Amino acid sequence: MRKEYVMGNSAIALGAMTAGISLAAGYPGTPSSEIIETIAKHNNGQIHLEWSVNEKSALEVAAGASYAGARTLVTMKQVGLNVASDPLMSLAYVGVKGGMVIVSADDPGPISSQTEQDTRMFAEFARIPVFDPSSPEEAYLMIQDAFDYSEKYHTPVLFRPTTRVCHAYASIEWEENPQPKEYEGFVKDSKKWVIFPKLSFANHEMIEKRNPKIGDDFSEYEKNTVTGNGSKAIFASGVSYAYAKEYIKDRNDVILCKISTPYPFPEKLTLSVLEKCDEVLCFEELSPYIETQLQRIAGVHHLPVNILGKTTGNGRPSGENSADYAAEIIGKFLGDKPKDKANLSDMPALPVRPPVLCAGCPHRASFYAVKKAMSGRKAYFCGDIGCYTLGNAMPLDMTDTCLCMGAGITVTQGLHWTDDNAVSFAFVGDSTFFASGMTGIVNAVYNEADMILCVLDNSTTAMTGHQPHPGTGRNMMGDIIQKVDIIKILEGIGLKKIITVNPFDLEQAVAAVKECADTKGVKAIIFKAPCIAITKPKGKMEISDKCVNCKKCIKEIGCPAIIIREDKVAIDKTLCTGCGLCAEICPANAIGGEGNE
Amino acid sequence: MNKDIILCGVGGQGTVLASKLIASAAMKDGQTVHSAETIGMAQRGGSVISHVRIGDKAYSPLIPNGSADIILAFEPAEAVRNLAYLKAGGLVIVNSVPVKPVTESLNDTGYDGKEMIEYLKTKCRNVIVVNAEELCREFGSSKFFNVAILGVAVGSGKTGLSPENVLSEIENRVPEKFRELNIRAFLKGEQIGANYDA
Repeated sequence: MRKEYVMGNSAIALGAMTAGISLAAGYPGTPSSEIIETIAKHNNGQIHLEWSVNEKSALEVAAGASYAGARTLVTMKQVGLNVASDPLMSLAYVGVKGGMVIVSADDPGPISSQTEQDTRMFAEFARIPVFDPSSPEEAYLMIQDAFDYSEKYHTPVLFRPTTRVCHAYASIEWEENPQPKEYEGFVKDSKKWVIFPKLSFANHEMIEKRNPKIGDDFSEYEKNTVTGNGSKAIFASGVSYAYAKEYIKDRNDVILCKISTPYPFPEKLTLSVLEKCDEVLCFEELSPYIETQLQRIAGVHHLPVNILGKTTGNGRPSGENSADYAAEIIGKFLGDKPKDKANLSDMPALPVRPPVLCAGCPHRASFYAVKKAMSGRKAYFCGDIGCYTLGNAMPLDMTDTCLCMGAGITVTQGLHWTDDNAVSFAFVGDSTFFASGMTGIVNAVYNEADMILCVLDNSTTAMTGHQPHPGTGRNMMGDIIQKVDIIKILEGIGLKKIITVNPFDLEQAVAAVKECADTKGVKAIIFKAPCIAITKPKGKMEISDKCVNCKKCIKEIGCPAIIIREDKVAIDKTLCTGCGLCAEICPANAIGGEGNE
Repeated sequence: MNKDIILCGVGGQGTVLASKLIASAAMKDGQTVHSAETIGMAQRGGSVISHVRIGDKAYSPLIPNGSADIILAFEPAEAVRNLAYLKAGGLVIVNSVPVKPVTESLNDTGYDGKEMIEYLKTKCRNVIVVNAEELCREFGSSKFFNVAILGVAVGSGKTGLSPENVLSEIENRVPEKFRELNIRAFLKGEQIGANYDA
């Protein structure tokens, strides 16, 4: 056994390895990305591991292996589950042979996501079980149980940690060199593996009869717990249970019920609690999922119990919970006297810190080049998901829309069809291009749209922590592979004008944008420069006494390394990487590389 | 022994390494440790916070308000932003050098951190103010401040951590190239902390 202090995501990975997975596939997305990375760190080659091109691919690759009897893990963030939902909904009907667990990490807040969707609702929608761990320690054990249930009921199973479990750290003791579980191999059976309306009808019926049985099974599951006594009960799940426990501690005058398996709901266990209570509080994040289940059960059984939660105003409808919020909501429910708080109402105004593009980020230069080239012309700038969403911030202000992965490319086509006087741009990162950008380009060519595709190619998946992708020439098995070439793809799709530029060569980059704007059809500019976080900085810039303090550099590019010190423009040397964009725009020629002038 | 420690600052200042060093040093002493980090978009120049909880009476990964024994603030406004976590009589160790957000350079409100330090002093009895630029000048970069401020905390005796354990974790976790400078930064911070009489 080996004991290590690890992140919740690593605990999930180690648990899945202990459960004997033979294959793991995923697509990066905060807060889930470190699961695949942890497996890569410990993989001795027995597990086929991949960053798939997107979540749909990951789930389908895993489905194939699970058909053959192998245990498989799929990882993604909650919005990734939307991308994977097409195969998931059908796979729920077809079922699996080898245990298959799909980790979909939810992000209450949201801290790094577009939506506050709730994977527990998705599980109910897809009619498959879901597990909800409350800590890294529990996640390590619970994912092993999830594999057992998956195999017992031949169904894919969802596992949904939230950000605070994924990014919490705890000590995990785990078996080194876990072995993949042996499997039989694929056995052909078209009545089983080929989905047809007839099979769907039969399996749907089977699933609806089966799920209440799984609910009964879950009523006995050791990680659904009931502690304490009294006529009041608190129901909680996931990290909200940890917050509730932090408030309750060892108190015994209230019942605390942890729901680790929100679907199929452990109804018998719940009923045994509801029958002895007058009042129940549901403390959960995202949807009022447990709450509506309790309302349903109380209604069906005509129980005289008051059920409180989000739908009754006893919980906020959006945002994440916290230990403090638990104290506030649960304290009120139990009639406790609130703890004295320090009075901080006289706090001075705090600076706001929206996230920004790093100093030296090539995206800043790309956005600036497009902005310059389009100065005085009407243009639409459709953004996408990645670091470059930060191009929306002032002073760049270069993101007019952002919807979901890949959408900028197609949204800009829609804008074009409403206004062909404007130049329509789509900005997409290299990883997003592969994940869900390519079909949008085909759509533009096929339907004869007029648009400029700007591929911000920084040779990595930067925002989620620098994962490789098909264009990088590396994969998660540690192999050097042939790069998938974005330019050749675009040529193959039929683009006639594809220009590759270094965004830091401002003059050339501006010229490329202008040339494309004056050409009809679908054009592409590849802004190619590596992410500053994975390259060695070139040096530092310096401001000479030629500076006239016009602040053009600050007003135009918004680099965090350019600051005002004692009323003068200055370079913060700890942040500057010497990219030189500021020197290119300085009207007084006052900025140069260190040691130049 | 239960200790709740908040580390806060701005993305890129190295709070995550400092929190890992605290956690692993406490584990060396046989303590149960839990922590939680800010990871993701906020790391790009946003406010970041680490919660480190030492002891077996911690259920939540996040420290409740009014419970932190120590706040290690890498930036003055971030100390104020997170002050509600501090328990009565808790210790604040704060860097007086501000990190000005880009928005501040665009619309200058004159934020220089001084007002924050004054506010901290009116609200808390125990405040250690350190100037990261001065402290780290001899090391050539403020990047070593994360280990230096950890030294201040350990030197103050309020963390319950032994300097030996932290030093051995620095040796384990820091790449060889920067090890020597990190050790010197830690020892210098420890001296400052030891001279503080709460």
